[in-house]
Amino acid sequence: MIGAYEISLLTTIGIAVTFALSLNLVTGFCGQISLGHAAFLGTGAYVAAMSVVAGAPFAVGLIAGGLVAAAVGAVVGLASLRVRHDFLAITTMGVGFLFVGFTRQQDWLGGEMGIAGIPEAPFGKVGLMVVALGVAAATAAFSVYLKRTWMGFAFDAIAADEDTARTVAIDVSRYKLAAFALGTGIAGLAGGLYAFNIRFIAPDSFGFVESVTVLAMVVIGGIGSVLWVTVAAAALAVLPQWFQAVDDYKLLLYGVLLFTVMRLSPGGLAGLVARLVRGVRQ
Amino acid sequence: MTAVLEVTGVTVTFGGVTALDDVSFVVHPGELLGLIGPNGAGKTTMLKVVTGIVVPQAGTVRLANADLAGLPTHARMRRGLGLAQQLVRTFDNVSTIENVMLAAGRQRTASPWAALFQVNRSVERRIALELLERVGIADAAEQRPDHLPLGYRKRLQVARALALDPALLLLDEPLAGLNHVEAAALADVVRGIADDGRTVVLIEHNLGEVLRITDRLVVLDSGRKIGDGEPGAVIRDPVVHAAYIGEGEAA
Repeated sequence: MIGAYEISLLTTIGIAVTFALSLNLVTGFCGQISLGHAAFLGTGAYVAAMSVVAGAPFAVGLIAGGLVAAAVGAVVGLASLRVRHDFLAITTMGVGFLFVGFTRQQDWLGGEMGIAGIPEAPFGKVGLMVVALGVAAATAAFSVYLKRTWMGFAFDAIAADEDTARTVAIDVSRYKLAAFALGTGIAGLAGGLYAFNIRFIAPDSFGFVESVTVLAMVVIGGIGSVLWVTVAAAALAVLPQWFQAVDDYKLLLYGVLLFTVMRLSPGGLAGLVARLVRGVRQ
Repeated sequence: MTAVLEVTGVTVTFGGVTALDDVSFVVHPGELLGLIGPNGAGKTTMLKVVTGIVVPQAGTVRLANADLAGLPTHARMRRGLGLAQQLVRTFDNVSTIENVMLAAGRQRTASPWAALFQVNRSVERRIALELLERVGIADAAEQRPDHLPLGYRKRLQVARALALDPALLLLDEPLAGLNHVEAAALADVVRGIADDGRTVVLIEHNLGEVLRITDRLVVLDSGRKIGDGEPGAVIRDPVVHAAYIGEGEAA
């Protein structure tokens, strides 16, 4: 039998992996950077929390969170169609701040105090862990599948060169919207699980630091690599729980890791491992 | 016989500068048309008008008798244009053959949500391989384009544009940057594509190759059309000659 601590840890890992893979869809597969991804985790969390507090079944809350996050993501994607690269980074960062600023001011969302007393999932902590790990596994499987489809193939072209993608008859705008909707929808699912796991949410749980943290997971794992983003997300999710020192210096550690990866191995862990394998073969 | 491309009265101004001034020409089916002119003549601007990157202040562009006004670039490609850009722009995160497959799969990528349920790439791989053989770079099929020499990358762009099976193939300076031998070889490939029945518009500075392979020339200078006709006759025209001598001295 595993103890309550391990259950909590595995649930946290499942949520982190789902969240990181959702950003990997947008940033890794389609090449659209986002510095405000936590806003969609938050959207999913708020919708799911409000739904179950109002008496809706947990599954309904979870799915509603994903759908609303996807809808908001599509709207943000629409606004982002005209901006690229660093301008897109700044725009999405603005969306992140907008989310926190908005939720703080809304009394019906609990304002600064957030939503406390989210009911415990009827399937218990073990059930929630199973659901979180299941959603993470499904997201990973979906990512691997997506990469093999023509949608993933078109994402490759857009990530490489948007203008040239248009010359091979790809409707870049619609594909970018699809990437945003898929990525933010899955982030919304992760958000619902987060709300059910912590059972308390507040605007600051979904701030800029969380957006940077999830981007760090994707970059450190290797932008676009499903396997290594999963590994990095799991590792970065458990480290602060295992070592108090890591929790205290979380931002510092993520910053150093991000800097080191970008400087020494821009392909992240995935790139590093690929280079090592090539080195050994030679 | 309906013209493949019909450009009528196209005028483009950037700020106070007139890049194209009431330019009209047609491209007939199966023709290899050379669009030439000194630097700054407006050739690339004309290409951008045809592909929908630049919106003209006046004039129309019709492809197979259908007005292209208001259509974005990707939609024009679906309507029957194929483009090899002047600067080499390849997808360097996938292999050479996959660059061509992306264009060959235009039916599969028509809608993102339908594309999510399409996995099979074997038909497109076969078409792409044939096209790489057609332009003579099948040996590099599995390599990354950014690892290839310029001559290969230029040919890749031609193969990728052909993979759209276009009614009209637009080639913007495919020979630029190539040495004498490479340029002649690629010019032969372009002539061969036209001989297969494909309609081609070739923008090119290499006059020797242009005169050797094209069926007809349209000459632009300072945004105006100054010549249109059989290549030998056009190039002997005093007005065209003057435009080129002027540039020849500058270069």
